[in-house]
Amino acid sequence: MNQIVPAKRQGTDLANPETQDYVTMFIEGQLFGIPVLTVQDVLGPQKITRIPLAPREVAGSLNLRGRIVTAIDVRLRLGLPKRSEENKGMSVVVDMAGELYSLMVDQVGEVLSLPEAKFERNPPTLDPMWREFSAGIYRLEDKLLVVLDVSKLLDFSKSD
Amino acid sequence: MDDLLSEFLTETSESLSVLDVELVKLEQNPDPGILQNIFRLVHTIKGTCGFLGLPRLEHVAHASENVLGKFRDGELEVTPDAVTLILQAIDRIKLILGHLEATESEPEGSDEDLIANLNAMAEGRYTAAAAPAPEPAAADTPFPVAADLLAEVEAAYAAGKKAASEAEILAEMEKERQSEAPEPAAAEPAKAAEPKAPEPKAPEPKAPEPKASVPAAPPSPPAVTKAAEPPAPTAAPAGESSVANQTIRVNVELLENLMTLVSELVLTRNQLLQMVRGRDDSEFTAPLQRLSHITTDLQEGVMKTRMQPIGNAWAKLPRIVRDLSVEMGKKIDLQMLGAETELDRQVLELIKDPLTHMVRNSADHGLEGPEERKRVGKPEIGKVVLNAFHEGGHIIIEISDDGRGLNLDRIKQKAIANGLASEAELDGMTPQQVYQFIFKPGFSTAEKVTSVSGRGVGMDVVRTNIEKIGGTVELKSQPGRGSTFVIKIPLTLAIVSALIVECANERFAIPQISVLELVRTTNSSEHGIEMINNAPVLRLRDRLLPLVSLKKLLRLQGDTADEREETFIVVTQVGTYTFGIIVDRVFDTEEIVVKPVAPILRNISMFSGNTILGDGSVIMILDPNGIAGATGESGMLGGAQAAESGVVREGRGDAKTSLLVFRAGGEDLKAVPLALVARLEEIDVAEVEYSHGKPMVQYRGHLMPLVSIDGSTQFRDEGRQPVLVFSDRDRTMGLVVEEIVDIVEDRLRVELSTGDTPGVIGTAVIAGKATTIVDAGYYLPQAFGDWFGRPDQEYGADDHQAPRILLVDDSPFFRNLLTPLLSVAGYDVLAVEGPDRALALRERGDDFDMIISDIEMPGMNGFDFAQAVRSEGRWQTTPMIALSSHATEKDFERGRQVGFNDYVAKFDRDSLLQTIATMLAATKGAA
Repeated sequence: MNQIVPAKRQGTDLANPETQDYVTMFIEGQLFGIPVLTVQDVLGPQKITRIPLAPREVAGSLNLRGRIVTAIDVRLRLGLPKRSEENKGMSVVVDMAGELYSLMVDQVGEVLSLPEAKFERNPPTLDPMWREFSAGIYRLEDKLLVVLDVSKLLDFSKSD
Repeated sequence: MDDLLSEFLTETSESLSVLDVELVKLEQNPDPGILQNIFRLVHTIKGTCGFLGLPRLEHVAHASENVLGKFRDGELEVTPDAVTLILQAIDRIKLILGHLEATESEPEGSDEDLIANLNAMAEGRYTAAAAPAPEPAAADTPFPVAADLLAEVEAAYAAGKKAASEAEILAEMEKERQSEAPEPAAAEPAKAAEPKAPEPKAPEPKAPEPKASVPAAPPSPPAVTKAAEPPAPTAAPAGESSVANQTIRVNVELLENLMTLVSELVLTRNQLLQMVRGRDDSEFTAPLQRLSHITTDLQEGVMKTRMQPIGNAWAKLPRIVRDLSVEMGKKIDLQMLGAETELDRQVLELIKDPLTHMVRNSADHGLEGPEERKRVGKPEIGKVVLNAFHEGGHIIIEISDDGRGLNLDRIKQKAIANGLASEAELDGMTPQQVYQFIFKPGFSTAEKVTSVSGRGVGMDVVRTNIEKIGGTVELKSQPGRGSTFVIKIPLTLAIVSALIVECANERFAIPQISVLELVRTTNSSEHGIEMINNAPVLRLRDRLLPLVSLKKLLRLQGDTADEREETFIVVTQVGTYTFGIIVDRVFDTEEIVVKPVAPILRNISMFSGNTILGDGSVIMILDPNGIAGATGESGMLGGAQAAESGVVREGRGDAKTSLLVFRAGGEDLKAVPLALVARLEEIDVAEVEYSHGKPMVQYRGHLMPLVSIDGSTQFRDEGRQPVLVFSDRDRTMGLVVEEIVDIVEDRLRVELSTGDTPGVIGTAVIAGKATTIVDAGYYLPQAFGDWFGRPDQEYGADDHQAPRILLVDDSPFFRNLLTPLLSVAGYDVLAVEGPDRALALRERGDDFDMIISDIEMPGMNGFDFAQAVRSEGRWQTTPMIALSSHATEKDFERGRQVGFNDYVAKFDRDSLLQTIATMLAATKGAA
């Protein structure tokens, strides 16, 4: 969590409105990002209560300072294999229409300010499942960042 | 001040401030949602004014509503002129309210100018030029008395607003300073306000009078100031404090946060206690104990801030109904049951309006006038019953009337007229489906729009409001017999006591309210879980209890129940359906705050919510209704507990019953209600003995006659033969069957009645297969009739000594079930399907030794029936027994009050027979 600090502060330059801030996270080596303002908390490993009969991607629920948060395993949601035992993982808590959801990822990285010029639509060759949850791609110098569409990620009405 | 009035003022001022904002929004963006909200607010104001006897307010609101209605229907365009006019009306309402608050009565005067404009607007012939700034009404009064003076001041403010905002500010300042330091500060700002507020000049000549009545007023300022000022220190602050200062409105979110903090505090306290518990001589013990007490008190206090008895929402209903009855010339009896049922304040606020609407609807549309009632043979006084109770983690509120019921044809016409459905579609719908149309926006079947209701505001708003808090509303209606609305609200945010259980290493909470008892079984104990074709059952005190494995139901992984040394069974009741939930362990009970589950999980019907336990872990709350539903039993037996939203079941005919399906005397499937079967046994055919040519076995120290389904007893050559054991008091009979197939829960709707075939009630579709429903009652006399050498013919009509019993039950199934049962017991039984028929027998002069009546019947229910019997006629002293699937203490009490001598739960044959015997003996002894 400590990495979220100012290393890139100059990127949030107010004079440049064409940048967006993203909390970055890693799943299976792939870099993902979600807009920083949607993020409420970043959590380490938590005690999670399983919810029987829930969709497979719902890992369970947890208690975050008296509020019940539903944990979503983003790996499973993206059609990736389950996380290995030794990787405890981290979570990003987002607020969605007043409900809190905890997105379980492998690791949470720093906050990046990304210029709009580097944003691109999803390439049509992207896996359909990913295409649904991806709002677009940022071209970074050394890798690509997939912007997660949190509202689609949490919309389970279609997947059932 | 009258509570009702004060509440109205608080509420209306809130609505008005919302209206201001919303109207402006509407002007910028004519969105139907905003319009609907405005319309509803104005409608509510209008409605309430009508009941409080405030004609001026009512007329202004009514006229505004007309215009808004035209907006809504698209007949008028939302123009700035129109909005201005509506705003003027709102201002007028505010003005009148100000006067009301001060004097508790409407100011005199007329709003005809404004109303005329509004009506002109509604008719589409309004032009902006015709709209003068509204003259403050109070200015029309030439000689105001002291009480009216305040209104003059108010009027001045109102006028000042139009003239210049400066005057308004000054006037506000004046008012404030007057209340703080009346004497020196008051005069000055009032003077400053003087030139801008011309109206106060009117009372100038009367100035000495108020001065005399309020001697504390400053003596010297100019006359104008006096006119404005003297009432201020008296009437105004008093009025304000009486309404505004009694309560403070706190944001629910703030309470919610407070609640969370307190929960955290409790957790920390618990941890501390845990740490200190190990050490006896700790110096922390005493202060910690104190901390503990305070924390508990604090927790209770905070929780209490959220809970209110539902009676608070009902408080104004009696008055509304009374006024309504006067206005409509109806006689209405409003009964309110369960007013003490507590629910969350937020929920309460949200259901208040819907409830008022529904009661109003019931009284206005539902009930007929006295003449019409007399004509159709109903008591002149119509009844509206409100009943609230907790059930399985929900609060159920029933609003029922015994009026004319919904008019199916008119709803159909209206649905076609509104383009909601085509005629062909309607023809294919059941009445219940058609009734659902009344929940559509703009749907009203009232022939004329009254000031009470009938504008199509109402049912759609009611439904929306209830669904907003996760509730459902259902409707049952019978032509000529009345309608019942059942509102089911989850106990979201409400506190319940819950039993914590464990299954496959996961913990769950079960609402304590639906738990009847806990049974511990071990593999070695004699009361183990038995299987009937993979369906687990438990023998529990001469009954077979169907069981549900929580692990299977929730598809949990872990060690199976078979491998466990001991398991626990949570005996759960939903409506009248009792079943057991198999769990691994049972912990303590805990007070929990039910929180709704995340939206993505709401489709899982097994859970009613989730909560955080004292140790900080999240736990799912099981929904017994959902579990019952998943096992096929919807808990509808009681008739009142509708389970699924949107679908309204028709009476008990559709209720699900547990049935034991078996084969005997042929390949076809046969079934008996499981509740009638005392035990399932397998007997060794070698043990069958014969006496008088009748087969029997020695069973539990007695002889048990064996009866076969078709008379020709065919035992297997060897091995074991399944037998259904029916028990009737101390007698036991075994029905020999070939194979026990399954236990299923299904609707028992006998579709083919086989008429004279003895021992058969009819044929029904059970679990998708045609199944013969066996009349267990028929086989009892067969066994014992023969056994005791008394042929059947000795029972029944020939036996004049037999006490006569009148059985009133609308369900053919129960009539068929009980008639033979009672006949066997030696009574002469006459069964009728409803109180009407029963009362007809009374008129005819029939006499009975006893009346047994069902409670839940369409139209006149058992309570009403008992009242009718007790009120007059020849049956006044005839003992009466109520028979009901609702067997709570409250029902018992109610039953006794209306005249039932006793109350027996349906299916409880033993106590029914015992009660009959005891009561007849008592009557005979007394005679």
